Amino acid sequence: MSPRRAETGGRIDRLRTIRFTFDGSPYTGHAGDTLASALLASGVTLFGRSFKYHRPRGLLAAGVEEPNALVTVLRGEVREPNIPATMVEIYDGLVAVSQNRSPSLAWDIGALNQLGGKLLSAGFYYKTFMGPVFGPLKGTRFWMFCEHFIRRAAGLGKASIAPDTARYERMNAFCDVLVVGSGPAGLMAAKAAADQGARVILAELEARFGGSANWSDETIDGAPAADWAGRIVGQLEGNDNVCLLPRTTVWGYYDGNTLAALERVTDHKEVPAKGEPRQRSWAIRAKTVVLATGSFERPLVFPGNDRPGVMLAHAAARYANQYGVLPGERIALFTNNDSAYRSALALKKAGAAVVAIVDVRSDVSNEMSRLASEAEAELLAGHAVVATEGGKALTGLKVQRFDMMSGALSGDERSIHADCLAMSGGWSPTIHLASQAGAKAEWDPAKQAFLPPQPTQRWIGAGAFTGSFSTAQAIAEGRAAGLQAAGGSASSAPLPVVEAAPGDPDPAPVFEIKAKGKSFVDFQHDVTAEDVRLAHREGFVSVEHLKRYTTLGMATDQGKNSNVPGLAIMAEALGKPIPEVGTTRFRPPYTAVSIGSLAAERFGDLKPERLTPMHDWHIANGATMYSAGLWYRPMIYGLPGETVEQAYVREAKATRESAGIVDVSTLGKIAVQGPDAAEFLDRVYTNMFSTLAVGKARYGLMLREDGLAFDDGTTWRLGEQEFLMTTTTANAGKVMQHLEYFLDVIWPELKVTVTSVTDEWAGAAIGGPKARAILAACVTGTAVDNAALPFMGIVHGRIAGVPVVICRLSFSGEMAFEVYSGAGYGTRVWEALVEAGRPLGLVTYGLEALGTMRIEKGHVTGAEIDGRTTARDLHLEWMLSKKKPFIGSAMMDREGLISPERLQLVGLVSLDNRPFNGGAHIVEELDEENPHDSIGHITACCYSPALGKYIALALVKDGKARHGTRAFVSDPLRKRFGPIEIVSNHFYDPDGSRMHG
Amino acid sequence: MLITCPYCGPRDVIEFTYQGDGNRERPQPASQDLDAWNAYVYDRLNPAGDHNEIWQHSGGCRAHLRVVRNTLTHEILSTAFARGGHKTESRS
Repeated sequence: MSPRRAETGGRIDRLRTIRFTFDGSPYTGHAGDTLASALLASGVTLFGRSFKYHRPRGLLAAGVEEPNALVTVLRGEVREPNIPATMVEIYDGLVAVSQNRSPSLAWDIGALNQLGGKLLSAGFYYKTFMGPVFGPLKGTRFWMFCEHFIRRAAGLGKASIAPDTARYERMNAFCDVLVVGSGPAGLMAAKAAADQGARVILAELEARFGGSANWSDETIDGAPAADWAGRIVGQLEGNDNVCLLPRTTVWGYYDGNTLAALERVTDHKEVPAKGEPRQRSWAIRAKTVVLATGSFERPLVFPGNDRPGVMLAHAAARYANQYGVLPGERIALFTNNDSAYRSALALKKAGAAVVAIVDVRSDVSNEMSRLASEAEAELLAGHAVVATEGGKALTGLKVQRFDMMSGALSGDERSIHADCLAMSGGWSPTIHLASQAGAKAEWDPAKQAFLPPQPTQRWIGAGAFTGSFSTAQAIAEGRAAGLQAAGGSASSAPLPVVEAAPGDPDPAPVFEIKAKGKSFVDFQHDVTAEDVRLAHREGFVSVEHLKRYTTLGMATDQGKNSNVPGLAIMAEALGKPIPEVGTTRFRPPYTAVSIGSLAAERFGDLKPERLTPMHDWHIANGATMYSAGLWYRPMIYGLPGETVEQAYVREAKATRESAGIVDVSTLGKIAVQGPDAAEFLDRVYTNMFSTLAVGKARYGLMLREDGLAFDDGTTWRLGEQEFLMTTTTANAGKVMQHLEYFLDVIWPELKVTVTSVTDEWAGAAIGGPKARAILAACVTGTAVDNAALPFMGIVHGRIAGVPVVICRLSFSGEMAFEVYSGAGYGTRVWEALVEAGRPLGLVTYGLEALGTMRIEKGHVTGAEIDGRTTARDLHLEWMLSKKKPFIGSAMMDREGLISPERLQLVGLVSLDNRPFNGGAHIVEELDEENPHDSIGHITACCYSPALGKYIALALVKDGKARHGTRAFVSDPLRKRFGPIEIVSNHFYDPDGSRMHG
Repeated sequence: MLITCPYCGPRDVIEFTYQGDGNRERPQPASQDLDAWNAYVYDRLNPAGDHNEIWQHSGGCRAHLRVVRNTLTHEILSTAFARGGHKTESRS
């Protein structure tokens, strides 16, 4: 048997031995042990090195609030740092290592920092690294030089570099009552609510339900409290309407009574069962929440209170009662309240010698005196611990007479030999979730604690969380809360009977013993009482500033132990009562949450891919694909050995010489239908659509409400009340939402429906001098000559037996047609067109050639309709109807939008025969070294096979007036400067003779 | 945050798109009152408390809703179709 493990007692299974390693050494423990209890049982006292001073540290607590004993758990290549050893359940093969020490925990070079204590006080970084005003280390350079060494010396565990290979899950849950915490209050609440038929979730952050019942000495209904808890859990397990979640930390309370929880599903297992995730992230929507989260015992602040062997009183009792481990053989207690007497008695019963109970209060009740003698402990009332002794383990302590009112110490120091000091500075309700949910906590001067605020959301508190620290109160409040949460009426049935040692829950208002030596307030961040006072002397009066300057409560434990003592010391320094100093608000998460669990299955590239119906054909026929938003579109259909430029030049040239075909299925398509469809389009487009004949299409422009250009496209009138609107690929979603907004919110009286049909249609644009001949060769059921299909005309026919709609319109500037068919038949129609075109020299072309031909024609796209340009800037003023108001018509003529100073669309020709870059600026002066006074920028550029030149579209100040003038293109980042000529944006076939035929 | 869509029932906020302050009055289409247009296009109320807002159930039925939301607590006080009818009061 291990040196400190009792022969009997506790909630561990001594028949099951578990083997694990800590810092490379093998250890054993039993089923039911945490890493902390198993190591303590093996005689380990040193668990970690402190953050700044590298002081040796042992266990302070036994639960989630442990600040000192942080370890890294290794699983293969993956390491998880900064886990409290108190929260690690041991399993066969567990590999854990200590942190912040070099070369080993026992021999740590960083411990030299203790000698430099004055240097490392509050604000150390700010004061030390304000570099000189001049010289090689001026400003922050000294800090940058030192940072590497400091970051290595100060800190916690190292993060994993290896990718996290574990699987995580997400779960959404809904319930009537969520009970957080499964101590006596939580169990009663869950039971009462479940008995009412409510859907209940009970979340417990530890492995075992029961909370304090697992280690208290109390009996409930005549049985040990743990047995009673086990019985209630058994009853809950059998209920279909109850979901029990052990190892589940509710870490966030968000609006709408939505709570976030993390379930550690397999962290305690050597090998997860098939399909089990490592952790599961819960979003729980609860109609009502019962907060039964208990309370934390507070440490007392006195010199040497961080020495290994000094721990919280309840934790010492818990190690004895729950794990059968004695934290020491000769144990002393130091307290400002009655609860430590119960701990003393528990430790005595477990087999330890309780050498002394040091109580800051001079008058201790008779009941407590009786408990002290029952524990065979010397009672030192009106005394305080002023020092502790020992290195990596406690060897003794010194006490002195103490006056509670003045805080003065008097008389001789007396030494007491002890290897464990159990302390209690009172209890703080665990109000974190309530604080997250809303209002500020309220200070209770009798209980010396912040109590939960009035609920701002639908929660009910029960037990120690509310400041009711006795088990009998917890049971009563728990049942009442459960009944209320489930909508039941109060019950007068008898409550379970609790037998407990007596005690007054209110502590004496003593937080600190002022004596020589380092007295720690925040153990994890190494903040001392003197640091808090120093911050006050240096002028920090707000609790928020104090917190940031000293880093009090900002470590991974978020000040679970240190908040209230820190505030109390600050309040004393300010000469104000604690409530006037205030408290900081708790924020999620309550404990650390793995990033993996938040991401769950959502990692990698989460964007959906949108593929056109002809996608596979493009790939099979040599297209290089290009991602445009979510869409994938052919960029070029390159031949072997061709560059991108060679390919698009070939494609564009062939289109203008014979014919080319391009996939336009990505254009946004919206069916606009209803009796008022034409009227609606008149309102949303700048030009008229009500006058459009059935069977004809028209190019349309939309503005935003503020008068700037929004989107363009053609809209086809398929019937008296039926239009097919096309939008640019990128704006399809925005235009849809725009139309829906106006129909729902602004003009609900219009009888119109809009339906997104983008994915229903496959589209192919075929253009060039031979385009009409190619159509004639494959279309049946309609003529396609000029009489049947004039410019902007629409016909219905068939290609390869598939019904198609053909509209004669042109983006390339050639005689061109858009052929639409049902999406499922897109490839069939495409192949038929390609086959019919083969003898006539038809080429397939991609986005690059499409862009080249539109630049040659001077058409605008999203690069020019960039949210800053007006219709006039783009020379589209001819589209602004004067006969009707439309969206944007009232705002488009504002002074700033019609100024001649505005950037206007122009064409540019490269005069040095070198390519342009998109985004390059235009300047007037020949000053390559110091380009200045930009008059505009390039929006799109290409090599124009039709002109045999490098050309571009640009937005240039007062551009129209500059046609025929020269300027320079300046692109310093890409080292491009050269002469240009500013011309009209209509480079090619400006009168449209090719298009009209 | 849950928004009760009159069609679809209570849904998570991620299904919705905020479409702005619901107090704005659009001038008559032919109005030339630039001040009124300016107020409509650019001015937004930003109260600390109950706020009349437009939300679109973009990940659902796509209807626009008039939602009264408390900007301090995110409590949804009522929802209704922007087109009118089917108001759902939800203050408890």
